[in-house]
Amino acid sequence: MLNITSIEKGVVIDHIKAGYGITVFNYLNLDKAEYNVALIMNAYSQKMGKKDIIKINNVIDINYDFLGLIDPNATVNIIENGKTVKKVKLEVPETVTNIIRCKNPRCVSSIENYFDHVFHLVNKEKRSYRCEFCDDIVVPYSQDL
Amino acid sequence: MLKGRHLIDPSDFTREEFREIFDLAHDIIKDPEKYSKSCEGKILATLFYEPSTRTRFSFEAAMLRLGGKVIGFSEPNSSSTAKGESIADTLRTIECYADIAAMRHPKEGAPRMASRYIQMPLINAGDGGHQHPTQTLTDILTIERLRGNVENKTYGFCGDLKFGRTVHSLVKFLSNYEGVKFIFISPEELRVPEYIREEIVKKKGIPFQEVDKMEPYMGELDFLYMTRVQRERFFNEEDYIRLKDRFILDMEKMSYARPDTYVLHPLPRVNEISPEVDSDPRAQYFNQAKNGMYVRMALICKLLGIY
Repeated sequence: MLNITSIEKGVVIDHIKAGYGITVFNYLNLDKAEYNVALIMNAYSQKMGKKDIIKINNVIDINYDFLGLIDPNATVNIIENGKTVKKVKLEVPETVTNIIRCKNPRCVSSIENYFDHVFHLVNKEKRSYRCEFCDDIVVPYSQDL
Repeated sequence: MLKGRHLIDPSDFTREEFREIFDLAHDIIKDPEKYSKSCEGKILATLFYEPSTRTRFSFEAAMLRLGGKVIGFSEPNSSSTAKGESIADTLRTIECYADIAAMRHPKEGAPRMASRYIQMPLINAGDGGHQHPTQTLTDILTIERLRGNVENKTYGFCGDLKFGRTVHSLVKFLSNYEGVKFIFISPEELRVPEYIREEIVKKKGIPFQEVDKMEPYMGELDFLYMTRVQRERFFNEEDYIRLKDRFILDMEKMSYARPDTYVLHPLPRVNEISPEVDSDPRAQYFNQAKNGMYVRMALICKLLGIY
């Protein structure tokens, strides 16, 4: 059994679908962090079997839309004085801005890049999104959904 | 109120707003002379980043017949685009000189993006394989002139339904009307895009079929909308060659259609309608082209706040 100590002040992102922890870790640029960060992969979970966890020993801005897009079942716990003071329930976002890019090679976003890349939710279960410009439908982070 | 608005996609206007445009277009057809000075002192910019005959000429003819003037380019190499200028900057510059603009671009969503940077009314004159709302205005005006209204009719769409932007806009428009049915006739590879089938047709509960033969369905149709396979949208020439002549409308196939089934086509035509069909009174595609100018006259007037 691997032991990771609890943190005093910061954020714990728990119940991340196993395999997606590294995606969250990279998106939050935690590889460049100058504070303690733990990425725990394939931790045992009674409910999920396996899960990923990220513990961040610092107060940082979290993009909840991004986390909701990756895994709306993950939980975010805000920690102060070693105790959870707030739990954030994630939701599949209705609109995501500058998180995903359109893959349609005919989309205007493939040649010009100075504007926001906006996608609107099409199907909550499938987590599919429509590009605001070309209407192409994408399912981001779709592996084993 | 249509003054100052953009028309990028058929969902930008309500049914009532489209009604205003068609009513004005019908009136212009009755007495074009009455409108010959309506846009005196106004300038239309035509920004065509992709080749066009009918759309550009009909926009320009429309503005000239309204007494206005036209500036623009018909291929991007003759503009600052060749120097690397962004679409947004080009539009912001043109806005200093013109009152209204029509823009065609090979990239999908380019007019929507450009419209965010300007106040001047912008009309999407076709963006890649995405949308072509003014062709829809042309199609609807033609349908109204032939059959009175668009409701309670079966529309067949045949050919390249994947990249056929005129099909996407027309389906989107018709989906707001009661009693319409669609029959999509195409090879598997050229079916309507997911956002049209799932987000528009299915969501609105419109009866539709996706089939790969024409003959069995010809007798059901009120209108057959033929389209060209869009060579310029293919990344692979072999796919284009394999698919381009899958559906060719000839008199033998027309023999399965009813006497009151009309054939429409946004043009240009390549091989998909045999020239022998042209003399059949049910072939209405050249009348469509003429109606295009009148409905664009109406659109320009409405977006400029005249009438």
